[in-house]
Amino acid sequence: MSAEVKKAPLIRLAKKDAMDPKKAWAIRVGSILFALILGCIPILITGNNPITAYIVILQGSLGKTFYFKQTIKLAIPLLGTALAIAPCFKMRFWNIGAEGQITAGAIGASFFAIYFAKSMPHVLLLIVMMAAAALIGGIWAMIPGYFKAKYNTNETLFTLMMNYIAIGIVAWLQGGPWEGRKGTQQIPLFDKNAYLPTVFGIHIGWIIVLVLVILVHIYMNYTKQGYEVAVIGDSVNTARYAGMNVGWIMVRTMLVSGAICGIVGFILVSGQNKTITSNVADGVGFTAITVAWLGHLNAFAMIAISLILAILEMGSSYLQQVLGVPSAISEIVSGILLFCMLGCEFFINYQMIFRSKKEVKA
Amino acid sequence: MQNSSAIELKGITKRFGKVVANDSINLEIRRGEILSLLGENGSGKTTLMNMLSGIYQPDEGQIYADGKQISITSPKDAFSYGIGMIHQHYHLVDVFTAAQNIILGLSEEKLDIKNTNEKVKEICSKYGFDINPTMKVYDMSVSQKQTVEIVKVLYRGADILILDEPTAVLTPQETEKLFDVLRNMKKDGKAIVIITHKLAEVMAISDKVAVLRKGKYIGTVNTAETNPQKLTDMMVGHSVTLNIDRPKYDNVKERIVINGLTCLDQEGITKLNNVSFTAYGGEILGVAGIAGSGQKELLECMTGLYPIKSGSIKYIPPEEDKEIELVGLTPKKIRSLGVGMAFVPEDRLGMGLVGSMGMTNNMMLRSWKSGKTPFVNKKAPEALAKKIWDDLEVVTPSTSFPVRRMSGGNIQKVLVGREIAAMPNVLLTAYAVRGLDINTSYTIYNLLTEQKMKGVAVVYIGEELDVLLELCDRILVLCGGEVSGIVDARNTTKEEIGLMMTSIGSKEAK
Repeated sequence: MSAEVKKAPLIRLAKKDAMDPKKAWAIRVGSILFALILGCIPILITGNNPITAYIVILQGSLGKTFYFKQTIKLAIPLLGTALAIAPCFKMRFWNIGAEGQITAGAIGASFFAIYFAKSMPHVLLLIVMMAAAALIGGIWAMIPGYFKAKYNTNETLFTLMMNYIAIGIVAWLQGGPWEGRKGTQQIPLFDKNAYLPTVFGIHIGWIIVLVLVILVHIYMNYTKQGYEVAVIGDSVNTARYAGMNVGWIMVRTMLVSGAICGIVGFILVSGQNKTITSNVADGVGFTAITVAWLGHLNAFAMIAISLILAILEMGSSYLQQVLGVPSAISEIVSGILLFCMLGCEFFINYQMIFRSKKEVKA
Repeated sequence: MQNSSAIELKGITKRFGKVVANDSINLEIRRGEILSLLGENGSGKTTLMNMLSGIYQPDEGQIYADGKQISITSPKDAFSYGIGMIHQHYHLVDVFTAAQNIILGLSEEKLDIKNTNEKVKEICSKYGFDINPTMKVYDMSVSQKQTVEIVKVLYRGADILILDEPTAVLTPQETEKLFDVLRNMKKDGKAIVIITHKLAEVMAISDKVAVLRKGKYIGTVNTAETNPQKLTDMMVGHSVTLNIDRPKYDNVKERIVINGLTCLDQEGITKLNNVSFTAYGGEILGVAGIAGSGQKELLECMTGLYPIKSGSIKYIPPEEDKEIELVGLTPKKIRSLGVGMAFVPEDRLGMGLVGSMGMTNNMMLRSWKSGKTPFVNKKAPEALAKKIWDDLEVVTPSTSFPVRRMSGGNIQKVLVGREIAAMPNVLLTAYAVRGLDINTSYTIYNLLTEQKMKGVAVVYIGEELDVLLELCDRILVLCGGEVSGIVDARNTTKEEIGLMMTSIGSKEAK
């Protein structure tokens, strides 16, 4: 009878029970390939050969040592920040304030780079800078954590607003106390003593983030604190039932997250820019959210994702130089890629049921 | 039009996954009549009505309006057949006035607010509503908000009204007023369905009563030809012998003494009112009551998870060396004082377990703090998980397989197994066999009885009276957050308990 009833929807969506992780990863890789095929369309429209374009993207990001180094330099803060926000997201605490936490950390590091560069030995100075960055970044993140725990404020808005405050402080420092030559609105380059050393031609930020990958992986999977974070992320009630102090754990996790963001800020000012500007974070705090999600909060998967995004960014500017493909087209291709990678999760979690096929589950 | 059939349901079945919420239900709604849809919580009343209002669609069965078969796929469809539902939770925009809320979403309407105000006033005076169309919703009492919802439905031309638990949030005076309005609407030839589990109200307002039990249609009777006792019987069903083994433990001792326990929820509504009782080591104390009578709050108060307003909860350890007052302690503190309390909560995945984790990690919920290093010790939980896996015959591919993906029975085995493994002195369980098959249910009964025979004080909150009668030693009956009596389970009847469950009916609406 039911088949006759008019207006039954053609396609219904139902939550899939579970999928073999291998199959799920196959779909994810497949979605990247699909995106690359789909990405041919805008390139074709502009009258270019998509295959050439993709090769140019790879050449521009990995083809020469210099390009490769630049790509790695782009990937470092992305990876570091994704690692920082992973514990928060695991806890379902939507920290979108990495941008501000990076900036706050950068301020902490810059303070020592500006005032103590001459009076401290190189290694000690760097350690102090990093510690200061971690501390300030941590405190910056802890504030919204505290208010969430105490008054149940909305962490998304709170962390977002904190970004603008941190950026505003740097803007003030740039034009005020830390301004170099009057009127430049610039903070001068740091003393060489405050530069991160290089290994294989890239500042050692890459080693720091790789160490962080391992530390975050261990923290999330093998420690009591990581366990608490995972339980809260699944169900706050279960956490309370198990005798966990949910509020304190939120504050503590934000402290950890902010501290890692702070370290990223330190890497950016000491390794990359050699000074601090108000756009030191430059959107990394937001792009890192994509990295963390696409990597399923898995520290090792995030390495690959941050590299892919860095390759796309480097490659697309090269594409413009070489083939004259507008950078907007590359951005469209990046957009298609992100869309497909996120969109494929839908097919992993849901199945479509068509009208004719009446399934009866008993 | 008087008393003609407005809507007829035939063989309506609705499933949610494996749960059959409605099992081939037949129902007739007539004009000029008030029909009560009676049943315990979870018996499928709201689901059934949601299919009339276009929120769900039936998996099987047909709906007829004025004798013609129809298909309702959206609330808009429902309105086109004159069906309007007033939900338990209101959907109003706080910063809008009554009239603005009423015309919200009516696309064909020109936004002529004056005209609307007039029309609203007209409807109000016709049926005896008392509402000012220009009043903002945030200034309204709960009862006024409900009025807006009802007028909203009438404004859209509904002549079949469905009200889901309309009196749950009203004072007795407001309830009376609502009933007057409903009677006026009935006189006007409207068909009215009220969903409820309050017998007193059923008797007061309705012409007919349709009873559902566990998703099944039990029958429809004329209110004039029935009484609360008969309706209770229909609601709870006939006694069934289950043959649950019930040995007696000789050395019963006071374990938990509760005195004058009162607690309020976040909105300040009393959830438990002056509850006093004693739970003994070596007995199973059953707790019966309509769902939402304070069972959940009772257990959460005892485990330090619910804020307590007043009263005392004393824990007397088996050694009887010292009493511990539990009121005011956090769950963490209760555990650290060595109070051997195990708790199997109603919400297994939302409270007792972590759905995304496997058995091993779920065992760690009790032991994750152990050890001095910052790292978790997975060896002991892994061993415990394996033991439970074997002992209770849990069906799962591995100890790391997410428990969320196990069947309900296996999930419960994991939870109960873990709680019993903690060697408790008090074992609190809420709806421990809900949704489980017969075999698993008996496994759980046996585990609980085993604990009792070890001298553990077991509290069993249940919904099936047959089970309570055969499993427990004593039964405490809750009604509207109050203890309406404690009876010896060996010398009572289902009817007696059923009546106690609904007896303080008039006190419910507070």
